[in-house]
Amino acid sequence: MNQPNNPTREYLAAPISKVGPLAWVKKNLFNTWYNSLLTILTLGALAYIVPPFFKWAFIESLWNSSSDACRDIEGACWSIVPQNIKFIILGFFPEGQEWRPILAMILLLALVIYSKERSRWTKLLAWMWPIGLIIMGTLMYGGVFGMPVVETDQWSGLPLTMMLSFFGMVMAYPLGVLLALGRQSKMPAIKTLSVVYIEMIRGVPLISLLFMSSIMFPLFLPDGMTINKVLRAQVAIIMFTAAYIAEVVRGGLQAMQRGQYEAADSLGLNYPQTMRLIILPQALKIVIPPTVGILLSAFKDTSLVVIIALYDVLKTTKVTLQNPHWTGYSTEAYLFLALLYFICCYAMSSYSRRLEKELHTGH
Amino acid sequence: MTDTQPKKANDPIIKIVGMHKWYGEFHVLSDINLEVQQGEKIVICGPSGSGKSTMIRCINRLEEHQQGQIIVNGTELTNDLKNIEKVRAEVGMVFQHFNLFPHLTILENLTLGPIWVRKTPKKKAEEIAMMYLEKVHIAEQAKKFPGQLSGGQQQRVAIARSLCMAPEVMLFDEPTSALDPEMIKEVLDVMIDLAKEGMTMLVVTHEMGFAKSVADRVMFMDAGQIVEQNNPHDFFDNPQHERTQLFLSQIL
Repeated sequence: MNQPNNPTREYLAAPISKVGPLAWVKKNLFNTWYNSLLTILTLGALAYIVPPFFKWAFIESLWNSSSDACRDIEGACWSIVPQNIKFIILGFFPEGQEWRPILAMILLLALVIYSKERSRWTKLLAWMWPIGLIIMGTLMYGGVFGMPVVETDQWSGLPLTMMLSFFGMVMAYPLGVLLALGRQSKMPAIKTLSVVYIEMIRGVPLISLLFMSSIMFPLFLPDGMTINKVLRAQVAIIMFTAAYIAEVVRGGLQAMQRGQYEAADSLGLNYPQTMRLIILPQALKIVIPPTVGILLSAFKDTSLVVIIALYDVLKTTKVTLQNPHWTGYSTEAYLFLALLYFICCYAMSSYSRRLEKELHTGH
Repeated sequence: MTDTQPKKANDPIIKIVGMHKWYGEFHVLSDINLEVQQGEKIVICGPSGSGKSTMIRCINRLEEHQQGQIIVNGTELTNDLKNIEKVRAEVGMVFQHFNLFPHLTILENLTLGPIWVRKTPKKKAEEIAMMYLEKVHIAEQAKKFPGQLSGGQQQRVAIARSLCMAPEVMLFDEPTSALDPEMIKEVLDVMIDLAKEGMTMLVVTHEMGFAKSVADRVMFMDAGQIVEQNNPHDFFDNPQHERTQLFLSQIL
């Protein structure tokens, strides 16, 4: 460790019983009789579970074989994933056009990765996003440059999941912030509207919102008028997530001290300036952890669109498992899916932690 | 009466006439009358809860008064947001707890007002900011965040932040009360410099040494009223009012 350099006194090293690996083990694993007991029990449980799992997953397993070959083995049949990868990822997207959703996903990922660095948050980036989104939409829908039209009911698998969750989050966040500000407003009409909206949405499950959007909502439209089903599900997800974000942001706003408002007021800043420059940057930073929690659950909740007959990546996996050749390998398929979700969620939460650290200014 | 009147040379820069304020049922300020001339330095003292902070906070409308008139530099404070913002841009305020913006650097804290309220170009605003940081002896900290500075340094930054708006009047609300004793002097020194340059100042403080050396007028408030005001010499050596005598005997 770095000792402060003060020549007038001498610094001694800490006694060996307080540092070093043995001291660490004693301090953290065997410091009391019940901790020692827990340590031993945990080690025992791990010894019981890990080796058989390892054998099943890696030693006696097949990684890319026919389904028939899998009948003869004891271990995992990972083959279900590579053999069906096209359908699991892309679903019903027409034969020969697969490059389009793949390219769209790569473009989206590239934009997300490029946007990670705060130093790149410039005007250029603000233009790159809408342009990128238009290109992605064009790739998916087609109808120009000789690409045949692919109706949205054929959009499925991972592109659908990514689209629903990504737009769900990106649109719900600003809407949620506006709702939170609305709820704090001194204007009674705006305040009431915000409160009613937030409490109503939070009072119903997402499933019922999705049902309403797909079954009840069309009943209110005039004859012959339809609104795209994917779009309706997307709107339901946005509305739902926004209400939750609003409450989290409200918590952040309440954590702000009066002095910050007063300092902004005394400089002569008006309300929008105060909010944009002083209050929101601080309040939103405080609520990064709970906000990420909501975004993560919004991401995972997109799998609920299955009940209105949209084929997200969970549903395409299920359909694969209905194939007689591959029934019985659901553990492997769902583990793969879990890994896919985990990678996305872990990336989000570790990015949020990094952002939090970067925005920390020592107060 | 119109909100904005042409200002004459000898008009007071702040004029408060028959001002009352209530917090709900509680009558905090009663019949406040005050005229402050350009360049005048007024120290306001009194026991806690006497309404001295509330009074100066009314001058830039952090608190609303319910009766009477407050006219700052020719603009009367009413519910009109335009007038309020105009007055606030002309009146600087320094708070007990500094209230710097913790997510912005020192330099950004200083340039925020000029850029967004005065519409000063960023470059020019930064030049002005550096000049004032120089003046409060803290220019080398410009790139740091408020959380990395000591209390005394933060308060000097807060003073510089107000000065960047080129205010006509500076209000100080117990600027040294939250500071460790060894830091009080560095803040008071900055305030004394400011006074020498002719800034109009209203200072709520318990620093009687500052009052004696800088103030043109010392004002004693109690129970929401201005009890007594006088030049520092007479105020301290010959207080007229019983309550003032009691207060001075307790703090000196």
